[in-house]
Amino acid sequence: MNPMQTKIEEANKQGKAGLIPFLPAGFPTRDQFWKELEQLDAAGASVIEIGMPFSDPVADGPVVEKASLKCLDDGINLQWIFDGLKERKGQFNAAILLMGYLNPVYQYGLDEFAADCEAAGVSGLIIADMPIEEAGFVKEAIEPHGVALVPLVGLNTPKERMKLYAENASGFCYFVSVLGTTGQRESLPTRIKAKLTEAKEVFDIPIALGFGIKHPDQLTEFDGLLDAAVFGSALITHIEDGKSSAEFMEPWK
Amino acid sequence: MKKGYFGDFGGQFIPELLMPPLLELEEAMKTILPSEEFQTRFTQMLKENVGRPSTLTYCPRISEQLGLDLWLKREDLNHSGAHKINNTLGQGLLAKMMGKEVLLAETGAGMHGVATTVAAAMLGMKAVIYMGATDVVRQAPNVNRMRLMGAEIIAVESGTKTLKDAINEALRRWLADQENTHYCFGTAAGPYPFPDLVREFQQIISKEARQQFMDRNDGKLPDTVVACVGGGSNAIGMFHHFVPDESVKIVGVEAAGTGEPGCDDSAPLDHGSDGVLHGMKTKLLQTEEGQILPSHSVAPGLDYPGVGPEHAHLQAIGRVDYTTINDAQAINAFKMLSQQEGIIPALESSHAVAYAIEHKEELQGKSVLVCLSGRGDKDLGILDEIL
Repeated sequence: MNPMQTKIEEANKQGKAGLIPFLPAGFPTRDQFWKELEQLDAAGASVIEIGMPFSDPVADGPVVEKASLKCLDDGINLQWIFDGLKERKGQFNAAILLMGYLNPVYQYGLDEFAADCEAAGVSGLIIADMPIEEAGFVKEAIEPHGVALVPLVGLNTPKERMKLYAENASGFCYFVSVLGTTGQRESLPTRIKAKLTEAKEVFDIPIALGFGIKHPDQLTEFDGLLDAAVFGSALITHIEDGKSSAEFMEPWK
Repeated sequence: MKKGYFGDFGGQFIPELLMPPLLELEEAMKTILPSEEFQTRFTQMLKENVGRPSTLTYCPRISEQLGLDLWLKREDLNHSGAHKINNTLGQGLLAKMMGKEVLLAETGAGMHGVATTVAAAMLGMKAVIYMGATDVVRQAPNVNRMRLMGAEIIAVESGTKTLKDAINEALRRWLADQENTHYCFGTAAGPYPFPDLVREFQQIISKEARQQFMDRNDGKLPDTVVACVGGGSNAIGMFHHFVPDESVKIVGVEAAGTGEPGCDDSAPLDHGSDGVLHGMKTKLLQTEEGQILPSHSVAPGLDYPGVGPEHAHLQAIGRVDYTTINDAQAINAFKMLSQQEGIIPALESSHAVAYAIEHKEELQGKSVLVCLSGRGDKDLGILDEIL
């Protein structure tokens, strides 16, 4: 079983949703980033999602985009991420997930990327601009290295397409709560429940709800329908306000 | 060949949430596009509203000066001033018949934005146009035209504030607003089926030009066919029916920017490498780490770090030669065509005209057919600053 699934199920056994915080690599600064990760880990994150900065992140909203572009300006690249993770391999209780866009991964070289993921203790990968039709060559490269390609589905994903994703999925399924980009929202669409129910029927791995998640109260109405929650923009804004990751995680515990 | 691919290039590299509208569009291409109702209405609009067929013009004074026969396919004479209208009326009508109410578009030079706005107005739809903030300033006349015709213009302040960023923002809007909105993509690029769809609507350029040229030249084909390449829609339209003609040399002209060593340019086919952006695998201007580089051209419509995947394929198989023309060479062509023939070309098209001027020695005695993709009224502000 992929470590991401194991960690989420461990949280679920304690009656909690798995927590999946997201931070762009190198945010807010090169040094502080690793300290934030340590705090998130200590505060009970099941999976830590690390953003691989890209110049043209079309699926991201303004908060994540701005943070990612700042990291790019600071010289963050895949090598820096792998070097930092290799140095800290085994130190995190949480599973490590990388999220980004295909082009930087493609230029790095898929085989080298997959091998470095394994060497750095990475358990999963999200490529935001890669639907299942194009995913074959990436899956082929990373799965032998124990890295799961996490599927993204959403409100407009027909059940038949969910089944296509579910056939070979491992780790967890990332359910996108809105039609739109990442970012905090005051309320979530009412259609989520019905689609989450569909996703539950299709996937035999945990379901995580992401995009627009701001505080834990938003999740209570989905009790029984989700296994984990992903939050990025709210965490980034919190850190930009000079507060700590540990503090952010408090209400989620 | 895998669906949506031209050789190694193409595909659908977009977020899953955009797949349903793309699949819906693909289905509409199969069902609505070939229908008699669509074809009849589209043909009628091209004739009555666009002014098709556009004429073929011989340029006697420049031809004599250069020692070659220069012919122009006059897409600049189309209603709204460029080839873009062929595509926007096609996509607009398709979207209308799909039940959509909003035409969403990105624009660089503004010509696609204007053409989308025209289509929306004609079809009783709403136009929402994303344009880089830099281009909003550079192409003020087109911004004014769009506003006059009722478009909502959104100036994009992110990134390089040009076409690439306008595409990013338009894709984001489409993600959020896909039920009633059709993304009227402006060039033969992006995820499948856009490269095929746009080519379908632009191939009329070469269909007409090929026949018109033969009618004027005793059944002979031109020696060389030239078009400028940004995203590549006028070029793919101009090349399509000549690709099987082995005797015809086909040339795509990219923008070399200032032409100085190390300058930003807009020539991914000549200076780029394989990569993935805006839904397609193609040639890109990028760093070794896969970050997209800023592009530049004096012609806003060419100012894009990527190119349509079919062009990448035509280059890979050696069927089309892609080369570059710099800003100064394009401006020289702009002035020459204006002064010698009384035709003010778009700065984009001036790159294609400049090819004939800069390569006059090797083209001596040959017939050169250039796609004049648009007219240059919109560029007079840029020229005022430079000249």
